[in-house]
Amino acid sequence: MSEKVGVYVCHCGTNIAGVVDVEEVSNWAGEQPNVVCSRDYKFMCSSLGQELIEEDIKEHGLTRIVVAACSPHMHEKTFRGATERGGLNPYLFEMANIREHNSWATTDKAAATHKAKALVNGAVERVVHHQPLEPIPVEINPATLVVGGGIAGISAALELADAGNHVYLVEREPSIGGHMAQLDKTFPTLDCSACILTPKMVDVEQHPNITLYSWSEVENISGYIGNFNVTVRKKARYVIEELCTGCGICEEKCPRKVVDEVFEAGLAQRKAIYTPFPQAVPKYPVLDPPNCTYFERGKCKACQILCPTGAIDFEQEDELLEFPVGNVILATGYDLFDSNRIPQYGYGHLANVFTSLEFERMVNASGPTDGKIVLRDGESVPQSVAIVHCVGSRDNNYHEYCSKVCCMYSLKFAHLVHERIPEAEVYNFYIDIRTPGKGYEEFYNRLLEEGTHFIRGRVADVTDAARLPGEEGKLIVQAEDTLIGKQRRIPVDMVILSAGMEARHDSQDVSLMFGMGCDFDGFFTERHPKLDPVATMTEGIFIAGACQGPKDIPDSVAQGAAAAARVAGLVNQETVMMEPVRASINKETCSGCRLCNDLCPYNAIVFHEDQKLSEVITALCQGCGTCVAACPSSAINGAHFTNEQVFSEIEGILWDVMEHQAVPA
Amino acid sequence: MSEQQFEPVIVGFLCNWCSYRAADLAGTSRTKYAPNMRAIRVMCSGRVDPQFVLKALREGADGVMIAGCHPGECHYVEGNIKALRRYVLLKRMLKQWGIEKERVQLVWASASEGNLLAEAVDRMTEEVRALGPLRWRQAVLGGNGHKPVETAEVEVEVEEV
Ligand SMILES: Cc1cc2nc3c(=O)[nH]c(=O)nc-3n(C[C@H](O)[C@H](O)[C@H](O)COP(=O)(O)OP(=O)(O)OC[C@H]3O[C@@H](n4cnc5c(N)ncnc54)[C@H](O)[C@@H]3O)c2cc1C
Ligand code: SF4
Ligand code: SF4
Ligand code: FES
Repeated sequence: MSEKVGVYVCHCGTNIAGVVDVEEVSNWAGEQPNVVCSRDYKFMCSSLGQELIEEDIKEHGLTRIVVAACSPHMHEKTFRGATERGGLNPYLFEMANIREHNSWATTDKAAATHKAKALVNGAVERVVHHQPLEPIPVEINPATLVVGGGIAGISAALELADAGNHVYLVEREPSIGGHMAQLDKTFPTLDCSACILTPKMVDVEQHPNITLYSWSEVENISGYIGNFNVTVRKKARYVIEELCTGCGICEEKCPRKVVDEVFEAGLAQRKAIYTPFPQAVPKYPVLDPPNCTYFERGKCKACQILCPTGAIDFEQEDELLEFPVGNVILATGYDLFDSNRIPQYGYGHLANVFTSLEFERMVNASGPTDGKIVLRDGESVPQSVAIVHCVGSRDNNYHEYCSKVCCMYSLKFAHLVHERIPEAEVYNFYIDIRTPGKGYEEFYNRLLEEGTHFIRGRVADVTDAARLPGEEGKLIVQAEDTLIGKQRRIPVDMVILSAGMEARHDSQDVSLMFGMGCDFDGFFTERHPKLDPVATMTEGIFIAGACQGPKDIPDSVAQGAAAAARVAGLVNQETVMMEPVRASINKETCSGCRLCNDLCPYNAIVFHEDQKLSEVITALCQGCGTCVAACPSSAINGAHFTNEQVFSEIEGILWDVMEHQAVPA
Repeated sequence: MSEQQFEPVIVGFLCNWCSYRAADLAGTSRTKYAPNMRAIRVMCSGRVDPQFVLKALREGADGVMIAGCHPGECHYVEGNIKALRRYVLLKRMLKQWGIEKERVQLVWASASEGNLLAEAVDRMTEEVRALGPLRWRQAVLGGNGHKPVETAEVEVEVEEV
């Protein structure tokens, strides 16, 4: 085989040329077999650089192109484009990464120049074996699945639906709304959370383009971008939605009360048949069998007897619904850090230590205390309140990261205490005050003026063991005030723990089901932390809101809209072109051992019993190459990563050591 | 030559999604590390056929690094677990041939762990430097290297679980 390879060594200004002797590399490359033209150029990615390639292809009849420059993750697409414009198939191109992997990673000029030669040579030897490939067109189903109906999921669903696309919104709880529905006021503007959220929830309910499945979970998903198949488990509500008018009589008449650990954060009770809050969407209640007298003892049925439309159905069963979608947006949100994990803060054994979510419910006018700030006895009004920042955040024992919202909501809490109990003293214990956001620092300044005491230092513990006069019957918060370098003991009536945000307890399972990644903390991993924050490494799966990392409402809304825009873009295109990096099985050499069948993570390999042969379903294959590596008969070809290509690259990059291998020293 | 310090050559098979990007990030953050590793991109560590490793050693590499995403983070669900299984078997075979275990290493590095990858390259470079050149032909064939080893002779049986 004789291919005509063109090699282009980029200076990247001084980024490469400052360390690698690019001229030397280019000259050397020009002497290698198959290379007919070799150049070095200041900026290969510039239009002039690209034109150089295009012209050389035409002039010298080049059949293969190698560019030695930055990472292929930066500019592979760019140079494939130039290769194509020059008249060659874009896959007849290979990149050697001599910047990120070389010139930026060492200061040793001789070593870097030597390594650059090896990398260039590897690319040259590989590219000779490249085959022309065609991208695979895939049709996009215009419907989208949004998982999680918090503010991020709601925003994404509405954006898409308003643009005329169908959305399936799947929410695990009886109502959409997420954490935002639990909040009272929202920082920094202090607008009432329900007032801004409820209209959005109603829009979701009424939108002709949104199918809402609440009290439901995704059970299974298969397929690939454009063509996913989703199975949703719609859990039995024991309420016939078509008949229910949402009048609430069942809930009113139900004799069974249970502590509401979810929506009311354990501060109030609900009935065995309930809607979590008055503005819930959808309005249909949910019956909770383990707590229902009828399910327990076979007697009661008060709700059924009294329901004016006969909507209660004790025989109802879970339903499995299947439907196709083209894209998925995950907006599953966060869990609040469990304050029980820090026993020295007293939560769970000191009655008047509250979590932030409990406090949110308490200050909420429609919450368990009608918005009154009171101690656990339900009556006494605290005269002093300590707010402990960074609970579970910025702490190597729990979460190293900053939860981003706790400083701001702690300031909001301080303000609400001042507002409702003007005579109360408020102490905020903080490590640093972090208020990066529009209007946030101004909000902090306002709190300074309101007379909040700010004490800089991580709280060591909260105790009821009085030692000094004035401490009896109080909770004593101990901390080192790092500004004055002294230990302080502040006696207060109430302590609020500003717990951080953490990934959902089941985020790992969710990420596995959707075939995308999550980081060590359990937050979903974006494709690029700066340039691609709502896409994931899996095509067709997007993320939005706090499931990606701690964030406040404005950021969650922005991500919801961004994810929707990404999906809408794909839907508009109608088809996407997929990388033709795919496996295929050679019928002649496949022995029918079936080893590969179970190996494929996408079940892309089928076995034909009649022919005793395996076959790859191209549309399902994602090109990982696992089967290629495992086939004992070498019957599987991994396009663009063939054995031949990799072997040649290995030989190429080892050009300098192969020699003394042959003649052992 | 003999007076100079031995510079081992290490071939790195880096998965496209995590470790290759980790190496990109190490560069972007200007982390300096040993220039001894030459990277080959594979889509997933699960693509690393044991033959790739043997081929590299046979062609003159002193060591091979296989790097992929952390368990649970593989872009293709669990290609890295398959790589791990093959690696364990491969190591057993290399041991029989008397090839030191430091010469073939498996590393997990996520796209955000440029430092970790750089450190692994530094560490491995020092370990292999201490071992000296591999000299496959003598090591494996015990002979004078006249007869080239064919891939087929060293094919690895890979059990898949
Ligand atoms: C005490 C406190 C006070 C706060 N105050 C403010 C404030 O004043 N201003 C502000 O901007 N931010 C505030 N925040 C932050 C705010 O709560 C978040 O930014 C916001 O709720 C994130 O929205 P989300 O949609 O990403 O997640 P979530 O609100 O957590 O919603 C996620 C939704 O997904 C559902 N879900 C989860 N897993 C699944 C699954 N597998 N299948 C189906 N559905 C699923 C959940 O049930 C939930 O409805 C506060 C946070 C706390 C803890
Ligand atoms: S592993 Fe190879 S030989 Fe066995 S069934 Fe799959 S393709 Fe055929
Ligand atoms: S390369 Fe093989 S194992 Fe990987 S997705 Fe394609 S068919 Fe499945
Ligand atoms: S993609 Fe990185 S190990 Fe599989």
